[in-house]
Amino acid sequence: MLVPLSWLLEYVKLPEPVDAGEIARTLTGIGLEIEGIDRVGHEITSVVIAEVLGIEELTGFKKPIRYCRVSTGGPDAERQVICGATNFSVGDRVPLALPGATLPGGFEIGMSKRYGRVSDGMICSTDELGLGGDHSGIWVLPADAPLGADFAAYAGLRDVVFDVNVTPDKGHALSIRGVARELSIAYGVPFTDPADAGLPDWIDADGESYPASIADPTACDRFVLREVTGIDPDRPTPLPMLVRLVRAGMRSVSLAVDITNYLMLELGQPLHAFDRSTLTGPIVVRRAAPGERLETLDHVLRDLDPDDICITDSSGPISLAGTMGGLATEISGASTDLVIEAAHFSAPGIARTSRRHRLPSEASARFERGVDYELPLRASARAVAMLAELGGGTALPGRTLAAAPIEPATVTMRADHPDRVAGTSYGAATVIRRLTEVGCEVRADAGTLTVTPPSWRPDLTDPNDLAEEVIRFEGYERIGIAMPRTVAGRGRTAAQRLRSRVGRALAGAGFTEVIGDPFGAPEDLDRLGLADGDDRRRAVTLANPIRDSEPLLRTTLLPGLFKAMARNAGRGFADLALFEIGNVARNRPRMPVAPILPVDRGPDEHEVESLAAALPDQPRLIAAVLTGAREPAGWWQQGQPPRPADFRDAIEAARTVLDASGLRYQVRSGRPAPWHPGRCAEFVLTDDGGQVVLGHAGELHPRVIKAFRMAARTCAMELDLSLIERAAAALGPVQAPAISRHPVATQDVALLVGADVPAAEVEAALVAGAAAAGSVAQLEDVRLFDVYTGEQVGPGRKSLAYTLRFRAMDRTLTDEEVGAARDAAVAEAARLTGAVLRGS
Amino acid sequence: MSAPNNSYDPVRVAALAPDEVDRMTAEALAAIAAAADFDELKQARLAHQGGRAPITLASAEIGALPPEARAEAGRRISAAKRAIAEALTARQADLEAERDRRVLIDEVADVTLPWNRYPAGARHPVTTLAERISDVFIGMGYEIAEGPEVEAEWYDFDALNFPPDHPAREMQDSFWIGRPDGAGRSGLVLRTHTSPVQVRSMLTRPLPLYVVSPGKCFRTDELDATHSPVFHQIEGLAVDEGLTMADLRGAISTFVAAMFGEGLRTRLRPDFFPFTEPSADVSMECHVCRGASTEPGAPPCRVCRSQGWIEIGGCGMVNPRVLIACGIDPDRYSGFAFGMGIERTLMIRHGVTDIRDTLEGDVRFTAAFGVEA
Repeated sequence: MLVPLSWLLEYVKLPEPVDAGEIARTLTGIGLEIEGIDRVGHEITSVVIAEVLGIEELTGFKKPIRYCRVSTGGPDAERQVICGATNFSVGDRVPLALPGATLPGGFEIGMSKRYGRVSDGMICSTDELGLGGDHSGIWVLPADAPLGADFAAYAGLRDVVFDVNVTPDKGHALSIRGVARELSIAYGVPFTDPADAGLPDWIDADGESYPASIADPTACDRFVLREVTGIDPDRPTPLPMLVRLVRAGMRSVSLAVDITNYLMLELGQPLHAFDRSTLTGPIVVRRAAPGERLETLDHVLRDLDPDDICITDSSGPISLAGTMGGLATEISGASTDLVIEAAHFSAPGIARTSRRHRLPSEASARFERGVDYELPLRASARAVAMLAELGGGTALPGRTLAAAPIEPATVTMRADHPDRVAGTSYGAATVIRRLTEVGCEVRADAGTLTVTPPSWRPDLTDPNDLAEEVIRFEGYERIGIAMPRTVAGRGRTAAQRLRSRVGRALAGAGFTEVIGDPFGAPEDLDRLGLADGDDRRRAVTLANPIRDSEPLLRTTLLPGLFKAMARNAGRGFADLALFEIGNVARNRPRMPVAPILPVDRGPDEHEVESLAAALPDQPRLIAAVLTGAREPAGWWQQGQPPRPADFRDAIEAARTVLDASGLRYQVRSGRPAPWHPGRCAEFVLTDDGGQVVLGHAGELHPRVIKAFRMAARTCAMELDLSLIERAAAALGPVQAPAISRHPVATQDVALLVGADVPAAEVEAALVAGAAAAGSVAQLEDVRLFDVYTGEQVGPGRKSLAYTLRFRAMDRTLTDEEVGAARDAAVAEAARLTGAVLRGS
Repeated sequence: MSAPNNSYDPVRVAALAPDEVDRMTAEALAAIAAAADFDELKQARLAHQGGRAPITLASAEIGALPPEARAEAGRRISAAKRAIAEALTARQADLEAERDRRVLIDEVADVTLPWNRYPAGARHPVTTLAERISDVFIGMGYEIAEGPEVEAEWYDFDALNFPPDHPAREMQDSFWIGRPDGAGRSGLVLRTHTSPVQVRSMLTRPLPLYVVSPGKCFRTDELDATHSPVFHQIEGLAVDEGLTMADLRGAISTFVAAMFGEGLRTRLRPDFFPFTEPSADVSMECHVCRGASTEPGAPPCRVCRSQGWIEIGGCGMVNPRVLIACGIDPDRYSGFAFGMGIERTLMIRHGVTDIRDTLEGDVRFTAAFGVEA
C-alpha cells in the first residue's frame, strides 16, 4: 500500500523535525515493512499559478495551437506562451512553468521558439506535473488559486510516499487510519482517529433510507445504505483529494468515485455507489441462486456461483459484494441521485468470490483481510456528507441498517504470557498498557487478563497474537539470546549417511551432480521406449503446470540428466559424466482423494493413514549418464584418441553406488528400456522376500539415443536409492575380517566357458566351491585378470583367467592343500557353468 | 705354519724394504686416484688389493725375514694395506656420489605436466550446503527429518494454520496435483515449503523434538535470475517445555556464527507466517563489510547492497494452533521454527548471482564447489 506521509501527519502528531527515513525504520520495526520511500514532487521548481489573460488561436498548423497571454500577478508579470491544449478559457487559472523550471522526471523548461512565436514558459497538464491522467488537457485550477504562488506548495505536490508491505494478517493497516495508529503507538504520540473526524451531526439520525435487508447473515453482518440527491456530476474533485489519490496509487475518475476511494484509503472501508434511478425494489444481500448472472463493471457477463455473495434488488443481482459492482447500476456522468453502500462482508466469502471470478480488487483485498465492522455507519455518513458538500447535493437524513449480531471475541491469557513467549520480563503493567494502546479493552484479575480486541483487529484471536502486539511495540531488539539447550540427538540416520556417501563416491569417480528438471513431458516416456504397463508410465499430473508441454512429474531421472547433458554439450562440453539423486513420483492404483483433516485436535492413526494412502509412490532414485571420453584427452596418450565412455563405465558407476552401500548384490544381464538389450546390467538384491531388482546400467538403446538426439553410445545407470537405503539400514556394523599373518599361496587358473556364460557366475561358482570344500585353505580373493577369445579356444568359447589367493589362518599351507582347494573351486565352476580348466 | 727359516734370501725379501713398500703404496694410490669409473676402480682394486697385488705378495715374504725384522716389516705392510683400502673406499664413495649426482640430473622431469587422467567430479552446492547447514544443527543435537515432495494439502496448509480462503494461502502460489482420472481435486500439492515436515515430525517423533528438514520445494514462479519454480529450503523446529524467542535467537545466532563467522549480530523484525506467532524475519550483520558500507563515504558493499544487514530467513514461535493440530498440548509445550532458502544462502555465502546456475547443471558451476560447500 502506498501511504503519503502528509496524510499520516494529519492524524499523528510526530515531533519535529520529521525524518522520513526514521519513520520507515520505525514502521518496519513494528511489522509494517517499508519496501520503498519515494520522495515525490521535490524536483518541481518554478511552477507558479497564473491567469490566462488572452488567447490567440494560431492557424495553419496540423492541430489547434494557442498563443496565450498569461500573468502571474503584479507588475511585469505578463508573458506569452504557446499551448497545444484547448480546454481552458480566458480568466482560468493554470499552473505555469517558468523558463528555468524543472518538472517531474528532471524535464527542464526553457524559453523556446515554437510555431513561429517565442514561448516564455509552459502551461502544464496534470500528467506533466507527475500526477498522471489526461495529457491533452491543461490543469484548470480553482478560481481562488493565489496568483504567483508556488504551485507545488499550493497543490501539496511535495511529499514522501511509503510503500508499505502489509502482511495478510494486518487488514487494519490497509488504511491511513491503521498505519497512523501504529505509528502513533510506536512514537508514543497522540492519534486522531479519522473514523471520528468529519462526521456530520446527523450521523445518528433515525429514519430509513433505501430499503435493504440481509438474507444470509453468514455472508454479511452489517449493511448500511445512505442516499444523496441532486449532486452535480461535473463538479471537479478538490485538488488536495486528487493529489492524495494519485500519490496513493489511484486514478481520479469522477467526484463520486474519488470520494468513495478516498474514504476507503483513509478508513479502510470499501464503499460502493449505486445510481438511485437504476435500482428497482428493495435491496437484499444474499448468496447467488443457481443460474443467476451479472454483468460487472468490466463488461463481463458472469455466471454466479451459489457461494457468491451478491447484492440484489427486484431485478436480481446488481453487484458482486465487496468485489465489483454491476454495470446496470453503475453511476455515470449523468447520475445525480446516489445510494451509498457500506458493509461488513464475510472475509472468506469475499476471498472465494474474488478468487473464483479472478477479480482481485482494492475492496476485496480489504474484505479478505478483515474490515472494522463498526465503520459502515461512519464511512457511509462521511461519504454522503462529502458528496453533498462537494457535489452540491443534498444528504438525505436517515440510513438503512441491516445487521446481524456481532459478538466481540474475548481472549483470556496469563498476564505474563508475553514474557513467557519472548523470554523477557515486560511486567503486567506494560502488557496492559500496550494492549490498551492497540485498542483492546483489558480486564486484569489475579494474573489473568481478559482482553477484548477492538473492532478493527479481527486478527487478534489468540494469546500469542496479543503477545506479539506487546513484543513488537516493545521492540524485537529487547528479546535476548539464550545459549542452545543441550539436546540428545543421534546424528544422521543410516540412510542419510549413505546418501552423502554415494554422492561423494560418485564425485570421487569423476561424476558431477546436477539438480534436474522435476517436470516432464509425456513424449519423454515414449522417447524412452517404455512399454504400456511400465511403472514409469504412472506419472503424476499437475493441474497447473508452468509449461503446458510439461504437465508431468518425473518418474525417472534420466530425461532430466539428458537435458543437462545437452545443455553442457551446447556449451562446448562433450565429455560428460553427470549424476543426480532425486525423488520421482508414480501413481498407485486406486488412490483416494486426500482428506482435509480437522485442525482443532491431532489426527488419529486412521486419519494419518488416510493421508498416506492418498500420496503417490515417491522413491528416491540415483542416476548417472556418461558421454564422450571417460578419460579426458592428454599428452600421455601420444596421439592416441582418449578412451570413450562405454557401458562398462555406467555399470561401474552403479557398482560404485552399491559398493558404498555395503550391500551384497548380484549382477546379471537385463533387457529393460531404455537400455541396449545386449549391454545392460541388472542389479539384484536377494533377501528373505526373494529377489528385488535395484536398477540397471549400461549403454542406452540406439533408438532412445536418437529420440533424445544424444551422442552415439551414450550410457546411463539408474538405481532405486530408497530400496538400497532401506536394505542397507538393516545391515549391522561392518565386522572386521580375520587377518591371517601366514604366507599367501597364489594360484592362476584359466577356465574355458561358453561365450555367453556371465563372468559373474563363474566367479561366484569359484567362491562357492572353495568355501564348500571347507579346507583350511581359505579363498581370500578372486581376481579376473584376463579374458580371451580367439583361435586358441575355438568358436563360441572364451577363456577367463583368474588369480586365486589362498591362505590359512593358522599356518603355512602345503602345496597339496592349496591344490585341493583350487580343484574344489574349479570343480564347482565346472558343475555350475561348464567351465573346463585350460591345459588339462 | 712353516718352520723357522734361519737362512733367508736377501733378493727375495727386497720387496719388504721400506723404499719398496712406499713405492708400491704410491703406485696403488695413484692408480686408485686415476680410476675414472667403477670399472677402472675395479681394475685398480684387483691390481693393488687382490691376491696378486704387489703388496699382497710382499706380505707373504715376511716369514723370510729374520725374526727380529718381522715385526717392523709387518707394521709397514699393514699400514700400506690400510692406506690402499681407505683410498679404495674413498674413491668408491666419490664415484658413487658423482654417479648419483649425474643420474638425478639426467632424471629431472617437468613436474608441472598435468596428469589429470581421470576427470574431477563434484557434488552440487545445494546438496553440500544443505549438509553443511544440517551439520551445524546436528552439532546442537538436532536430527534431520524428511518428507515427501508431493504432499497432502492438509500437511502443507491446514495443519500449519493456513485457513481455507485466507490470503495467506496466496502467499505461496502452489502447484496442484490433478486426479489420475482427471476429475476433481486430489487434495495433493507439490509442497510449497518444507514446513509440512514439521507437522510430520510432530506427529511421529517423541517430545522434546529438535529437527531440521532440508528439501526441495515448489511454487509457480516463472524462472528468472532470482525466482525458480523449484528451490530448496531448510527449516528447523524445536518443541520443548518453556522455549522462548530467546532460545530461537540463540539457535539462529549459533547458526550464523558457524556459517558466516563469529561475532556477527542478528536482528529479528516482525513478519507474518501463519504457522508461527509471533513471527519475524531474520537478518544478520553483513559478513563482508560488517556494516562498514553504511558509513558516509565508505565504499559500497555488493553483498548487502550497503544496507549493513542481510535478510537470511524467517522464524517465529510455533503457533499454538499448529501444536493443537498436531496433538500437542500448547499449555505444556512451546516451540520455535525457522527457515531459510538454500539458494538464497548460496547467493549470500558464495556469491551466486543467478539462481538458474543452480538448476542448469552446467559442470563449470558445480565443479567450482568440489565435494563440500
